[in-house]
Amino acid sequence: MTDLAERVLEGDPRAIARMITLVENNSDEAPELMSRLHKKTGRAQVIGVTGVMGAGKSTLITELALEYRRAGKTVGIVAIDPTSPFSGGALLGDRIRMMEVSTDPGIFIRSMGTRGMLGGLSGAVFDVVEIFDAAGKEIVIIETVGVGQAEVDIIKIADTTMVVLVPGLGDSIQAIKAGLMEIADIFVINKSDRPGFDLTMAELESLVELNVQAGRKRTPILGTNAKERGGIKELVEEIKKHYNELVSSGKLDDHRRMRYETELVEIVRKRLMNLIFDEAVFKDKVDSLVNKIEKKEMGPYAAAQEILSRVLK
Amino acid sequence: MYDEKKLKEIAKRKKEWETTCYNPLKERSPERMERFQNLSWTEIGPLYTPVDIKDIDHSRDIGFPGEYPFLRGIHSTMHRGRLWTMRQFAGFGTAEETNERYKYLLAHGETGLSVAFDYPTLYGYDTDHPLSRGEFGKCGVAISSLKDMEILFKDIPVDRITTSMTINGPAPIVWAFYIANADKQNIPRSQIGGTIQNDVLKEYIAQKSFIFPPEPSMRLTVDTFEFGFREVPRWNTISISGYHIREAGSTAVQELAFTLADGFEYVRAAVARGLDIDAFAPRLSFFFNAHNDFFEEIAKYRAARRIWARGMKELGAKKPRSLLMRFHTQTAGVSLTAQQPEINLVRVAIQALAAVLGGTQSLHTNSMDEALALPSEKAVRLALRTQQIIAEETGVTYTADPLGGSYYLEWLTDRMEEESLNYFDRIERLGGVIPAIEKGFFQREIAEASYRFQQEVENGKRTIVGVNKYQMDEPVEIPLLVMDEKGEEVQINRLKKLRRDRDQGKLDRALKALGKAAKGEENTMPYILDCVHAYGTLGEICGVLREVFGEYKEPAIF
Amino acid sequence: MDKKIRVLVAKPGLDGHDRGAKIVARALRDAGMEVIYTGLHQTPDMIIQTAIQEDVDVIGLSLLSGAHMTLFRDITDKLRENDMEDILVVGGGIIPEEDVPRLNEAGVRGIFGPGATLDDIIRFIKENVKR
Repeated sequence: MTDLAERVLEGDPRAIARMITLVENNSDEAPELMSRLHKKTGRAQVIGVTGVMGAGKSTLITELALEYRRAGKTVGIVAIDPTSPFSGGALLGDRIRMMEVSTDPGIFIRSMGTRGMLGGLSGAVFDVVEIFDAAGKEIVIIETVGVGQAEVDIIKIADTTMVVLVPGLGDSIQAIKAGLMEIADIFVINKSDRPGFDLTMAELESLVELNVQAGRKRTPILGTNAKERGGIKELVEEIKKHYNELVSSGKLDDHRRMRYETELVEIVRKRLMNLIFDEAVFKDKVDSLVNKIEKKEMGPYAAAQEILSRVLK
Repeated sequence: MYDEKKLKEIAKRKKEWETTCYNPLKERSPERMERFQNLSWTEIGPLYTPVDIKDIDHSRDIGFPGEYPFLRGIHSTMHRGRLWTMRQFAGFGTAEETNERYKYLLAHGETGLSVAFDYPTLYGYDTDHPLSRGEFGKCGVAISSLKDMEILFKDIPVDRITTSMTINGPAPIVWAFYIANADKQNIPRSQIGGTIQNDVLKEYIAQKSFIFPPEPSMRLTVDTFEFGFREVPRWNTISISGYHIREAGSTAVQELAFTLADGFEYVRAAVARGLDIDAFAPRLSFFFNAHNDFFEEIAKYRAARRIWARGMKELGAKKPRSLLMRFHTQTAGVSLTAQQPEINLVRVAIQALAAVLGGTQSLHTNSMDEALALPSEKAVRLALRTQQIIAEETGVTYTADPLGGSYYLEWLTDRMEEESLNYFDRIERLGGVIPAIEKGFFQREIAEASYRFQQEVENGKRTIVGVNKYQMDEPVEIPLLVMDEKGEEVQINRLKKLRRDRDQGKLDRALKALGKAAKGEENTMPYILDCVHAYGTLGEICGVLREVFGEYKEPAIF
Repeated sequence: MDKKIRVLVAKPGLDGHDRGAKIVARALRDAGMEVIYTGLHQTPDMIIQTAIQEDVDVIGLSLLSGAHMTLFRDITDKLRENDMEDILVVGGGIIPEEDVPRLNEAGVRGIFGPGATLDDIIRFIKENVKR
């Protein structure tokens, strides 16, 4: 077998797929391979898609991908679903909405479980973006879990973050108030044919207006009807506009620095946790400390301090 | 139904019975299970008495057969007057093979036909479409054009028998095949009778043989309603089906509630079109499952009739014919076991008995080998004989609603009605049936129930004889149906010849006109009939509608 | 290594009976696996492409229309063409006894008919997964 990193760089789908598996599994081979891929990254444009459940994110992403394909670009899609905290398993069902593009060689879709990561992302998603980038995907789209909570971590990885809402029911506006306002580079109200569209649009506009008065940037709002392909061209234009602004203002570099910093912290965090809780040396220590806490011989803070002083020495 | 004093006395006596009789025995020898729950997880008590049905008012809630609220049946004479129609769902391979099977069934005493179509037909594809690969004739007969329909009913008097066709997405087109076949024999459209299933809502909810998105599907359905009462007045233009909802793993309560919610949705859609409710409502029919919990099933049919009558009255129906619910029943395919298949005969007999006691108008009994493959001739005959025994040997047909008045049954009927109304509220809060479908509400409810049931089977809480208890290790000896291997070739050649021989110009004009009608607001049925008469194929006609309406993609629900 | 078994649960063909596929998908999740579900009406090409991109260890096919002899074999043929025989293929549905050896021979290793328990399926996958 020729070298896996080489094959990823050539864009070989099976190598890309295997490489993603290696990073997801925290395989021992992954770090060295990733270092080699990293040198070839930096070209892909990363788009994050978040928003409430049932907003039609997967369908919207499919239509976006098709639009980019018509412009001759290649696309990588990461669709994230929650991992069950009880079994560690996951049902990854976002693909159902994307099957019509599944045989297009220019589109690569990968479903991932969160595997314990909070904030609507998966721990390996940073690596997956790098892998897609190194493999020559020009557009990378990330779909967050979308359980309706604020999934704000997406901005640490995406160049452009879209928040997708649907008319009616008020869930959408609640979600905005709960923290999605600040992260949106673009608001999309999908399913624009639904009753209540005008009302949701009006509510959102007034929220954006408040934001502008508070001295922040005016976030554009677009209506789409992904099922009927409505508003997709305009959305692509808007994404392009945002991206161009990032480039011309130099903010893209800040974005990228933020991504690398988050990733760096994440890697260190993961390694430290593994070191403390998974490796045999410390495992016994942790057990004996827990015993002490249980018997009230020691408080949890003191116990934590003892572990840290060992790690840090 | 009892006076206050009597009820108090009964309540007191029941308490006494519990303390002196029931509880002591239960303590000495515990009951077999801690909780007795039926298939909807409703807890069933050890005894029901008049106290449990004290709020029932005889004239308001029970009444008489043939009268509102139709709890006890839709005809005053019920099965004393006319037995239910014995209608075995059948179809496989080519039109020729299925035509043979129909003649066999009619010769053995069947009183109505019921057509099963293969998957390509159900999805509106011709046999030679790439997605039809491997599916030809497997689950029913392949009907790709009027030509096939002519062969399917060759030498069968369509003016004297009624035919039920299980077809949904492409129902208007397949119905048009049937009508055109009668047209060609100069049989007036007013003389043909039967049913098209034509229930698309349950396709999104459960069976998943959908083609178009909900809105245009509903429009096509209302087109058939309108065309039906004007042109084909003896035809049931819809069979609103709980059967498939149940087969997808729902509980009996969900089957009841979701089916009726769908029914009311169709009525509202037709009324919104401006149709007179009393013109089309008498042609609405229903289709339910007959599953294993005997009393729950009987209560389900009775509750269904009462909910429907009350709901239709609320929606403004005036004629008694508009208020009564006629339904077909099929025994539960999902309850059949591949292990020890002969015991399915017994299951089916008990399920069929429940349907008859519940007042069904027509019945299909499953064959014992259907968990293994399509039924053989012998297995089908035994299934039909089961109905004949119930009809002519058991005496259950001698009186209407023979179990009516049973404390347990009336309590359960009431409770199922109440639970259905709760579901109606939940659906309403989601914005109605179609928004609830798009949000995956029904699909999620069903998935939950089916997973829960399966887990209870696996952990032994629910017994399935022959599967998790009383197993046997023996080879299965059931003669299986063998199909003509050349069938697919025959069918494809026929299609090729048809496309060669017809007047293409005439068909192209008809297809174009249909496309225009579909884009506009006219009734599509006359245009579909023109295409059919010009020997347009199912795939071609459906293709025009696909082009105009688009295709439905379902939300991901587990 | 935090290896998880990844399973593609796919419904080839036209039948819409997804009760079984969904129950199995949930059970596999509850057994700690990552399950990719594709929805209905998948062509063999769609299934193969998905298996590649998702780098699955197992493909579970569910088909109740009787078209298994054609469609299951189309899929295993394509897996062979693509050198993907290290993927464990299992299938479920209404499958007559006499078809089982022929499907085994074609590369569908486990066949689970009506009455197979979820435990049977989970155990079979855990014992036979090849990588």
